[in-house]
Amino acid sequence: MDLEREMREVREAFSSGKTKEESWRRSQLQNLLTLMHEKEDHIITALQQDLGKHPVESYRDEVGTLIKSVNYALKGLKKWMSGKKADLPFAAFPSTAYLVPEPLGVVLIISTWNFPFGLSLEPLIGAIAAGNSVVIKPSELAPASSSTLANLINTYLDTKAIKVIEGDASVGQHLLQHKWDKIFFTGNCKVGQLVMTAAAKNLTPVALELGGKCPAVVDSLSSSWDKRIAVDRILSAKFGTCAGQACIAIDYILVDKNFSSTLVELLKEGIERMFGKNPKESKSVAKIINKSHVLRLRSLLDDPMVKASVIHGGSVDEDNLFIEPTILLDPPVNARIMNEEIFGPLLPIITLEKNEDSIEFINSKSRALAIYAFTKNEEFKNKLSSQTSSGSIVFNDAIIQYVADTLPFGGVGGSGFGRYHGKFSFKEFSHKKVIVKRGFLVDFWFRYPPWNDHKLLLFRSAYRFDYLGVLLVILGLKKC
Amino acid sequence: MEGLEFGGASSRLIVLKKSFRSGKTRGIGWRKSQLRALLKLIAENESQIFDALEQDLGKHPVEAYRDEIGVVKKSADHALLHIKEWMAPKRGKLPLLFFPSRAQLLPEPLGTVLIFGSWNFPISLTLDPLIGAISAGNTVVVKPSELAPTCSSLLYRMIPLYLDTEAITIVEGGSDVAEQLLLHQWDKIFFTGSPRVGRMVMSAAAKHLTPVVLELGGKCPVILDSFTGSDLKVVVKRIAGGKWGPCAGQACIGVDYLLVQQKLAPLLIESLKRCIKRFYGDNVKNLQSFCRIVNKHHFDRVCNLLEEPGVAASIVYGGSVDKENLVIEPTILLDPPLDAQIMTEEIFGPLLPIITLDNIEDSIDFINDKPKPLVIYAFTNNEKFKEQIVQETSSGSVTFNDTMIQFICDSLPFGGVGQSGFGRYHGKFSFDTFSHEKAVLHRSFFPELEPRYPPWNDFKLEFIRLAYNLDYIGLLLLLLGLRKVTPR
Repeated sequence: MDLEREMREVREAFSSGKTKEESWRRSQLQNLLTLMHEKEDHIITALQQDLGKHPVESYRDEVGTLIKSVNYALKGLKKWMSGKKADLPFAAFPSTAYLVPEPLGVVLIISTWNFPFGLSLEPLIGAIAAGNSVVIKPSELAPASSSTLANLINTYLDTKAIKVIEGDASVGQHLLQHKWDKIFFTGNCKVGQLVMTAAAKNLTPVALELGGKCPAVVDSLSSSWDKRIAVDRILSAKFGTCAGQACIAIDYILVDKNFSSTLVELLKEGIERMFGKNPKESKSVAKIINKSHVLRLRSLLDDPMVKASVIHGGSVDEDNLFIEPTILLDPPVNARIMNEEIFGPLLPIITLEKNEDSIEFINSKSRALAIYAFTKNEEFKNKLSSQTSSGSIVFNDAIIQYVADTLPFGGVGGSGFGRYHGKFSFKEFSHKKVIVKRGFLVDFWFRYPPWNDHKLLLFRSAYRFDYLGVLLVILGLKKC
Repeated sequence: MEGLEFGGASSRLIVLKKSFRSGKTRGIGWRKSQLRALLKLIAENESQIFDALEQDLGKHPVEAYRDEIGVVKKSADHALLHIKEWMAPKRGKLPLLFFPSRAQLLPEPLGTVLIFGSWNFPISLTLDPLIGAISAGNTVVVKPSELAPTCSSLLYRMIPLYLDTEAITIVEGGSDVAEQLLLHQWDKIFFTGSPRVGRMVMSAAAKHLTPVVLELGGKCPVILDSFTGSDLKVVVKRIAGGKWGPCAGQACIGVDYLLVQQKLAPLLIESLKRCIKRFYGDNVKNLQSFCRIVNKHHFDRVCNLLEEPGVAASIVYGGSVDKENLVIEPTILLDPPLDAQIMTEEIFGPLLPIITLDNIEDSIDFINDKPKPLVIYAFTNNEKFKEQIVQETSSGSVTFNDTMIQFICDSLPFGGVGQSGFGRYHGKFSFDTFSHEKAVLHRSFFPELEPRYPPWNDFKLEFIRLAYNLDYIGLLLLLLGLRKVTPR
């Protein structure tokens, strides 16, 4: 593939103006929807190959979400594209002002391997809706998904304006040498740094969707219904979502020491209920992406004190890239497993004297993409919300915030910056241009030199929006 | 130049981070008290500020009030008036399937932020972002530009007398101090300045994955369509006011160059000459109400723009300089060579190149050949042409029939696009730029959508399918057993 030619083509496509047309944007989104409906099987097969994801999990996390998002964008497109009138102070009379969204130009979307379709196409929806031409660089670590994505995009979308460029890190680096109007990156901090450093050379704005250690604080719950539901949601958000290889997966649990044994029992029982006696056989827990990550995860368990804290699971099948759902109880807090993003099916549970201690614990770590808390205590919820910071905070559920189009999705601090989903995707790939229209009827002569005290007084009044004052000065009734 | 040593800055940063963690900057009481203190600082030291601006830039007090003191006052007043509503959480809407949940968007401060001020508006471009940072509840380090040393020193002395020294720190110094500051980890960096330095700031920020706002510049063009009689007078005043008014052309939103139809050029030039004489006088040694160039380096840089072959020959008014006082008089050039530096780089000085075109519509292609500027100014009454300009060019903003005015409207976001930067501020946009909007989702345990979890089966898949398609009727039928489930 001739990269230079592809780049030229995609830039020409934008310069031609066609991507700005509402009809083009609508047709591309429509085609994307058709792609999702018609080629669902291809997507599910690719995900099965790359990650051993169960078809229903794939539908739930990548196909269904995208269908929802495209429909939402199609519905909102006209409104999003239209300008908004802005209020102006009376002193600016007679003027009108508008805020008009415009596309940034040619944007680069770099996605990652755990949700290879979702994390490529969700930003793509925003980029198209905003009128840009787009290059997607999928992750080479999910090769079946990468090539399926490339084929499908080439078949269904306008290939002159929307391109998929496959390849490894060297291709990625090559792409970063070019001048983009925006770069949207999902991935880890290390690569995020490389992306932002490269972007700095061209003053390209970037959005970085990174990760972090998303904690789940579990309060003592009394009703057995609540306990059951909380456990289901916790297990699904850890082992049931790409085997924990997700930026918003629950990384670790914080629980009051009085409730911990109950929780552990419920979790063990829940694992069997959800994933079967033999999770590897049930195929409802995804595989680890590759050997290198299996070894990485295994090494987290190397520390003898960490190994000793394993109370469920722990077996690692290197050849089949499978790690069974594993629970650890109070591994040492300075062990690697408690200081690096786990990104796998190992669930440490840290017991605390009391719930409130979770705030300090969470604040001792870098800000995460999400904080989860399972509690009915309103006071504790308020405290947690106001005394911690994270991309988002979800009470009594997990992961679900990802599917709410009306909530911005993005990090803060170590978990990144920029946000998307729904209208936020549109905004992320747009520039809101300010248009001010003035008239000639009124021209405040005191705007211009030569300066004198009289004009100074008028400025003083004008800035205070003291219109009466301005009038009095003009009429000579107010003196400096 | 006195300032904070590296070690000093490090320990101050620790104090600031500790203050932030203590939560004292979170309450509305603290934020409002700081904003009021800032207003007090300005009110009680107005004449000193005037003196400092006169010293650093030869800025006349009225221009100083209009562009610096007045702007800061207005921004602080606006923030005080609106901060309560800005801080309030916003209700978030949720799709029906989420019932019964509720969501909020809760603004929170980012933490400890770094603001780099600029030398051309050393008071307003330093304090205006500070107002945003304080309103949003952050602790702040401000580094004013060393190229406006009197103003920098004034801020260094005054800020600790009025504001909370444990939360707001001024650091003075040059690029070496800036580099030291950039080695630290910040929660946001707000930079106003040149693209060259902007690149360095962003590269340094990348090491810590710090989000940045870059307020840069560009060559802001004026498109001048044809005009009649009395309107022309106002047009000329606004152009002149937008070129030489703000800091003698040393302004990111100042007029850089002008595009006009050839046959109108002579009348325009005559009108501009008259206007200049009226506003500023015509003796370079005795110009009134007119800033000087900030320092010798920039003075030489701007003078050199006139040295290039073909450029000097295109001067139709002005061109005289007062080397001793670093003054360059308002200068008009007619059709200098398009590949000369004066037409390829941001001028940032009192030289106004006028480029003539056969048709004024050609201005669109001309502008699009250059990087996107902060502002495009266009004087025209042709609605169709206005629409064309808006649709076919890109810039931070477009202002029709005036100059500079968009800068003082707090309801309008101020920022660039492309080479003129990214990020924006003023009014609520300042608050937003220094905040993180956290999504807060409250879910309940009942009801539960069992099909979300394994063990998987066809029923669950069908349920999920219907749910994502917002097919509520289908869902109902499925739950009532009245809808067939197609096996996969």
